[in-house]
Amino acid sequence: MNDNINIFEIKDCALIALATGERAQNLRELGERLRNTDGACVYYHVWGSMLRPRFDDPEYQNDFAAWAYRELHDQALAEKLTSVDPTRFSDLEDLRREFIDIIEERLDELEYIPWAKSNRQFFFVRSQVVVFDTNMRVETPQSLLEHIKKMSHGSIFYHFVEARRRNASRADDFSEWLKSFGEAHETLVKALSIIDPYFNTLKELQNELITTFEKTLKGKQGN
Amino acid sequence: MANDKSLLEQYAAVVGSEVIDHLKQLSRPLQGARVLHVNSTKEGGGVAEILHRLVPLKRELGMETDWEVITGEAEFYQCTKNFHNTLQGHRYDIPDRQLEVYEQTNSDNFERLREKLEQADYVFIHDPQPAPLLSHCAQRKGKWIWRCHIDLSHPYRPVWKYLREYVKDYDSSVWSLPAFSQRMPHPMYIIPPSIDPLSEKNMDLAPDDLNNLYDEFGLDARRPIITQVSRFDRFKDPIGVIHAYRLAKAFTPLQLILAGGGATDDPEGELVLSEVKAAAEDDPDIHILLLPAVAHKVINGLQRISDIVVQKSLKEGFGLTVTEAMWKGKPVIGGNVGGIRLQVINHHTGFLVDTPEGAAFRIRYLLKRKEKRLEMGEKARDFVLENFLITRHLREYMTLMVGMKDHNNERIMLG
Repeated sequence: MNDNINIFEIKDCALIALATGERAQNLRELGERLRNTDGACVYYHVWGSMLRPRFDDPEYQNDFAAWAYRELHDQALAEKLTSVDPTRFSDLEDLRREFIDIIEERLDELEYIPWAKSNRQFFFVRSQVVVFDTNMRVETPQSLLEHIKKMSHGSIFYHFVEARRRNASRADDFSEWLKSFGEAHETLVKALSIIDPYFNTLKELQNELITTFEKTLKGKQGN
Repeated sequence: MANDKSLLEQYAAVVGSEVIDHLKQLSRPLQGARVLHVNSTKEGGGVAEILHRLVPLKRELGMETDWEVITGEAEFYQCTKNFHNTLQGHRYDIPDRQLEVYEQTNSDNFERLREKLEQADYVFIHDPQPAPLLSHCAQRKGKWIWRCHIDLSHPYRPVWKYLREYVKDYDSSVWSLPAFSQRMPHPMYIIPPSIDPLSEKNMDLAPDDLNNLYDEFGLDARRPIITQVSRFDRFKDPIGVIHAYRLAKAFTPLQLILAGGGATDDPEGELVLSEVKAAAEDDPDIHILLLPAVAHKVINGLQRISDIVVQKSLKEGFGLTVTEAMWKGKPVIGGNVGGIRLQVINHHTGFLVDTPEGAAFRIRYLLKRKEKRLEMGEKARDFVLENFLITRHLREYMTLMVGMKDHNNERIMLG
């Protein structure tokens, strides 16, 4: 955002993955490594999944859950891990503790330690994120819509997904900015708030945002 | 007809202008940076193929980019071929004499390239062949990155131990998948490989070019075709593919193409090829095609006229033939190994299988359900468009360069 409250600055970001050399073969190792690994690892395996090769309609929302399901064949654990909403944790350390608690609770429940096949280990990867200013500025919601149509997926991720971690309100950047116009765009803010970003690719999410903006702004013009 | 559009404009037509704008933004802090790539061949192989495009693209984006090739005698290449095999698990002790040639060749090449190596802001050294160059460059100015294109998950330890001494002092290394990496004392970036949508291997082809292939190879345009493109290598399981074809053919008319390059540097290839021919038993619907290494357009066409592409490998690196097939809108039935698992998503872009029986079952399913086959092919193409084209590769290289400039902080805010 800018000092001038009604100007929206469009940012963009790019993520790159780094191997840590850490890996887990079973659930106990997953918990232990997770306790000691870099915070950037937690970011990568939870948030980074949206900026990496992935397919629409993912069954599980983070890499820990996906591994528990696919390689440990523990559906109950996968369900608990995937239900963690990362936007509730502004601090990565709190998010890390939440995952560790779930894993330890599961280890307490089980009489055995679930193992993955030797070639299906969990590889801990950390992220490096570069955020840059596109120098594009927006003053009206209509103009924001036109920019969303041409936005990179990095911008969509940064403003609509990752913003929920940065903003104290846990809202996306578009909604935060629209709120600065008072009640003028209440309907649009409400429409944006019911978009669940986690079951789409970023391309699909971009299309959903465009449709939502178009429908709401058109309705507004019609009134 | 010559294309008068810039390279970036040509890629924008494929991937969208927003992707190119994103690259331009990311390149701003790298304007004027001197970048040098060094490998061991200008032609042939995936590394050279990618560099032929990456280098001019980086130049268009404002980086002063050069590409140098190290040269050596036959014994040097024999040694590096041995590196290639042993680092992927083959147990063999490379003779001391060959290692001496390897070291001397690098020393000679360093003297030839000294000025460029010392002055570059970023030096990308590709694979083991030029790895020792860094050990000679005491006056280096820039960051040095070792790019490993091979699967180092299970190396023959004595050879890796030798090479590691040269690699550990780099500022960072780049690997294709986390599973392919070895622990190093510097940042280890993960950048999967990519395909070039404008290359002869992947560009769109005219309908006439495709129609001619039926006559050229004696194929029947009215019956379904399944194809596997790969070297004649046991790890690619061509015999398993023939077995799957036979099981499926009992239910549905079918033709099989097994297309691969000649086996000039692979003595075992001849043997596997003769086993494949024996397994085919002169079946007129099995087409075993030994194609020259430069037959990119033919391979491109064969993938395009196929209904399904198979890559039933038992062991695989990343599996770029899978990426190529998916880019052509084909669902892929792939072995449940290596990088194929990253690309083939069950019921979405194809099917992962563990046995010939599994492959046959999925072949029958996809031939019976045409609408599914087309839908999965479309999703496969979109998946490659989003994730495995050269523009993504370039974006990650630039992110790495910006990241290294900023001392590898986990979050870098520019501008």
